[in-house]
Amino acid sequence: MIVEIGAFALVLSLVLSVLQTVASALARIRRAPVLAAVGEAAAISAFAALAVSFAALVYAFVVSDFSVANVTANSHSAKPMLYKVGGAWGSHEGSMLLWCLALTGFGALLAGYGRGLSAGLKSVAVATQGALGIAFLAYTVFASNPFWRLTDPPVEGRSLNPLLQDPALILHPPFLYVGYVGLSVVFSLAIAALVEGRADAAWARWVRPWTLAAWSALTIGITLGAFWAYYELGWGGWWFWDPVENASFMPWLIATALLHSAVVTERRGALPGWTIFLALGGFTFSMLGAFLVRSGVLTSVHAFAVDPTRGVLLLTILGVTAGLGFALFAWRAPAMARGGLFAPISRESALVLNNILLAAATATVLLGTLYPLIREAIAGEAISVGPPYFNLTFTPLMFILLLLLPAGPLLAWKRADAGAALQRLWVAALLAAVAAVATLALVEPRSLFGAAGLALGVWLIIGSLTEVAERIRLFRVPGAEALRRLGGLPRGAWGMTLAHAGLGVFVLGAVFETTWKAETAEVLALGQRLEVAGYVLVLEDVAPVQGPNYEAEQATLRALAPDGTLACMAQPERRQYSAGGQTTSEVAICTRGLSHLYVVLGERRQAADGGPVWLVTGYWNPWALLIFLGPGLMALGGAISLSDRRLRLVAGRRAAPVAPAPAAAPGPVGGQA
Amino acid sequence: MSGLARWLVVACAVLCLGAASDPTERLADPGQEARARALFKEVRCLVCQNESIDASNAELAQDLRAIVRQEVAQGRTDVEVRRFLTDRYGEYVLLKPRFSWANAALWLIPFLVVLAGGGMLASRWRTPPPEPELTGAESEALARLRQDET
Repeated sequence: MIVEIGAFALVLSLVLSVLQTVASALARIRRAPVLAAVGEAAAISAFAALAVSFAALVYAFVVSDFSVANVTANSHSAKPMLYKVGGAWGSHEGSMLLWCLALTGFGALLAGYGRGLSAGLKSVAVATQGALGIAFLAYTVFASNPFWRLTDPPVEGRSLNPLLQDPALILHPPFLYVGYVGLSVVFSLAIAALVEGRADAAWARWVRPWTLAAWSALTIGITLGAFWAYYELGWGGWWFWDPVENASFMPWLIATALLHSAVVTERRGALPGWTIFLALGGFTFSMLGAFLVRSGVLTSVHAFAVDPTRGVLLLTILGVTAGLGFALFAWRAPAMARGGLFAPISRESALVLNNILLAAATATVLLGTLYPLIREAIAGEAISVGPPYFNLTFTPLMFILLLLLPAGPLLAWKRADAGAALQRLWVAALLAAVAAVATLALVEPRSLFGAAGLALGVWLIIGSLTEVAERIRLFRVPGAEALRRLGGLPRGAWGMTLAHAGLGVFVLGAVFETTWKAETAEVLALGQRLEVAGYVLVLEDVAPVQGPNYEAEQATLRALAPDGTLACMAQPERRQYSAGGQTTSEVAICTRGLSHLYVVLGERRQAADGGPVWLVTGYWNPWALLIFLGPGLMALGGAISLSDRRLRLVAGRRAAPVAPAPAAAPGPVGGQA
Repeated sequence: MSGLARWLVVACAVLCLGAASDPTERLADPGQEARARALFKEVRCLVCQNESIDASNAELAQDLRAIVRQEVAQGRTDVEVRRFLTDRYGEYVLLKPRFSWANAALWLIPFLVVLAGGGMLASRWRTPPPEPELTGAESEALARLRQDET
């Protein structure tokens, strides 16, 4: 019965989305506030209906209702509760429902909190959001319905893939989807701006918080995914330039660019066309990601058949939505004002440069992902584009971008003095140089790339802090006064500093880990040892372990630090899942300061004397913690910037600052969440 | 979204713990072994999803590793080893696409985007800012205002 309620609520949500679109569009045409109110109410109700629907699906997973096809395919009665719940969005159908939940949720937020928007702008945005809802809800209802029943229900389900039975991967999709779909609001606002023929500072002020929220969620989602890959796949890597990763990375890059270009539009009224273009691009890349991952085009050379009909449908949604959006752009954007002028050396120029480099980086990722398809379609030749390509194209682009980054926030709007900005960065430059020299002198084996990368990380962190020091006039006013200023800094400023410094932290970790990671694999019998980066691992015991839905072989290794003391007892496992029969590896990670000693238990073999031996691999991943800590700081920065806005909404009467605010700082805000 | 596809991607990675570093496969000469490992990262495991033979434990990856190690042990250069592989498996086997005309778009477009963006930015700069600069007194007043605010 509850499952039927879920199915009904799903259809109801679709109907309400139609109402939302029609009423809001008519409200704009007839300038009728009553219709606008109907549209908004429909938007909120559509979300409520979908929330009921989603809850029904989660319920079906929780009680293991195997009469529902989707539950049978993705759940198992012996699975831990967390993974039963998570299984609700572990499949195609369930994840599409989650996508729709986020889509209608953002529509409801737009309808509920959009009071500060002009009536016309808001109606068009709500209508567009409704239209997106119609497309994806119709897809879910007709082509990917998670509520389909089985006529002949089995007694047991086929279980969720064991690799996905992991806390990080249960949280990963919700964050990712909030990020992907958060960009739909920005898309709708861009359509509204094009229809209204106006993309002024007030509009840009509306784009920022939504982009910020989507960007923060995407950052967390991508980081969780990378973290999962790091500890679950068992080979120490965390980013593989895999098409699936790229699909989530492209919207992030675009959202990052949008975050910066919206500042220019908001503060200086410049670049409205470009900001709209990026706003359209963000959600387009989200949809492209959904298409690439679900259609199976990127895996078509292999035997993993993903439903091609669904792929075609998603491609149609993508084509129609993005096509209409960009056609509208081509029609309306040229008539828009070009905005304020600025000198070559100015904050505007720095932000445009940021956008150019991010656009080029996105183009790199897009090309690297799609080029094999394109070349196969045109010439019929199969090629591969792997990590070496991205290392040669994406990395240099990012290097230039990050090199220029600390100077940006120090430049004034309109016309700035580059010399003065660079002069303020002398401490950062000095420390970066010290870091480079120290790295070359101290870290073996010597690596120029490593030294340059670490210098870049230090440059970013100290450069970002320099901007704060400048704002509070550190060392130029008495200490107490500087402290008072520090307390008075707007949260948006903190947000930007954290995000930029977090990027530096990430660079430090990523460079150190990739350059100086060490790996040793040995076939060990009980009592034997292997050595990696000065650490000694002694295999003490291998014992069977019974999990809730798996059987495992668990090794116990004594890890001795280079100074001979006990570092930790590592207990990696090799699990065999009873449903499905897959084997997974559960690595053991000993955290040593910022670094990880990472131990993997491999297959059991037979030694020459007939006794059992195990393949054990030890990795030393120096500073690996920073790789995940950095993006965490970035997302935190985004959240803090967002909270700044809410503070203002509550406080209401605070004056709009004219101070040279930084890139991620919020502007004067009317009334929104 | 990432759920199913991720698993497809890693389906063969799971089996490949410590694949390339497996001591039974290693070459005796550490210098040659290091060179072989570097090459592995550029060679695709043809039957896997999107993985180098360095990371995969598929049988084919093992065979390819053996071939590469053998070639390296025989003193072939990196270029010769790559040619040996592409002669047999086509360009598909290389994770780093060649610098060829067929791949010109792949290698050049990122560069062109930067160039085009830079050109557009420069064309904006050429129009001088029409707004008059602030006078000394005006900028002082502005600085005072700013200070009051923070």
